[in-house]
Amino acid sequence: MPETYIARSSAIAARMLAGEMMVMNSMDSTFFTLNEVATAIWQAADGSTPLREIVRERICEQFDIDPEQAQSDAEQFVSELSQHGILLVSDHPLHDRQAPETR
Amino acid sequence: MTVVANKLECVVEIGDIPICLRTDDQRFHDLLCERYAGFLRSSQPELELDFDLISPGPGSDDDVRVSRQGAEWLLERGDFQARWDPRTGRGRVRQTPNPYALDSVLRILHSLVLSARGGFLLHAASGICEGRAYLFSGISGAGKTTMTRLAPPDVTLLTDEISYVRPSPAGYRAYGTPFSGELAKAGENTMAPVSALFFLEKGPENRVDELAPVEAVRRLMRNILFFAEDPELVEKLLATACAFVQTVPVRRLTFYPDSRVWDEIRNFEAMPTNA
Repeated sequence: MPETYIARSSAIAARMLAGEMMVMNSMDSTFFTLNEVATAIWQAADGSTPLREIVRERICEQFDIDPEQAQSDAEQFVSELSQHGILLVSDHPLHDRQAPETR
Repeated sequence: MTVVANKLECVVEIGDIPICLRTDDQRFHDLLCERYAGFLRSSQPELELDFDLISPGPGSDDDVRVSRQGAEWLLERGDFQARWDPRTGRGRVRQTPNPYALDSVLRILHSLVLSARGGFLLHAASGICEGRAYLFSGISGAGKTTMTRLAPPDVTLLTDEISYVRPSPAGYRAYGTPFSGELAKAGENTMAPVSALFFLEKGPENRVDELAPVEAVRRLMRNILFFAEDPELVEKLLATACAFVQTVPVRRLTFYPDSRVWDEIRNFEAMPTNA
């Protein structure tokens, strides 16, 4: 099965407040609030770590979630954010871009 | 009024930022002086705008487009085109001689300048009550103009439409602006420390409710004036909105439109904050 690689778009602004991650798309001003699991995926989206590895290393271990369920949820989350241009998705590593720092 | 080499100029100071507006057209200069009468100053300008007048054409209702071209900002609508260089603080505006284009250019310029200084322009009415400024924001029809109409005589109106907020060492301040809405009346040229921001909703009774910090930021970002699809600018504004929400109480104000709502405002300081 091909790997999925994810990277944060450079067209977004993100900020953590009161334990919640806010993400805003500068192109259309859409505003998202991410839950804890989504935030962990978002923070790990460096363009070079496969999504499967992010789920295994960051999600399953940290949140004690069933691996299959976690993978399915992660794929849905990635699909939704990519449709809004907030995450970039590829079946190859996205080496040539640098994910913006999240504060 | 000052005359410099056949140019007529005046300095309009909003939010403690004096801007020199320069034209060679006497009627346009008169329009400037009349429209911003309460905001004219003789202070040294911090920024300068030169105006070239053009004939009115179709398309004045186009959307505003604001983009970065190198170091300069380009501001465009059907009835104006402006360039502004933040490095020099100077800009040039080509516009039809109508006051709406003038207001728009100034609002955009102030929003760009403020974004670099941790401030913002907000779709909100604001007024000073007992030395403290209160902001009332919301979508069109939420009650901004109603709140200003219901204000008792001792309340100083800062604006019924566009509030001007910038940080100071002592906290956030709200300034009066000449940008009016339905009241068609400029705000007073004064300022006060911001005591609270209320997001308005009309209802059967007056009540003030907490807003979670993230919800407060979401509403704030929805109502801050910004025009550019520019990631750096959005990043700054999001940081500013977070800083504001952590400093200033932000609440939902459900109100029944009669003068008693202002009693709720006067009593607000007795309530705990979530800052």
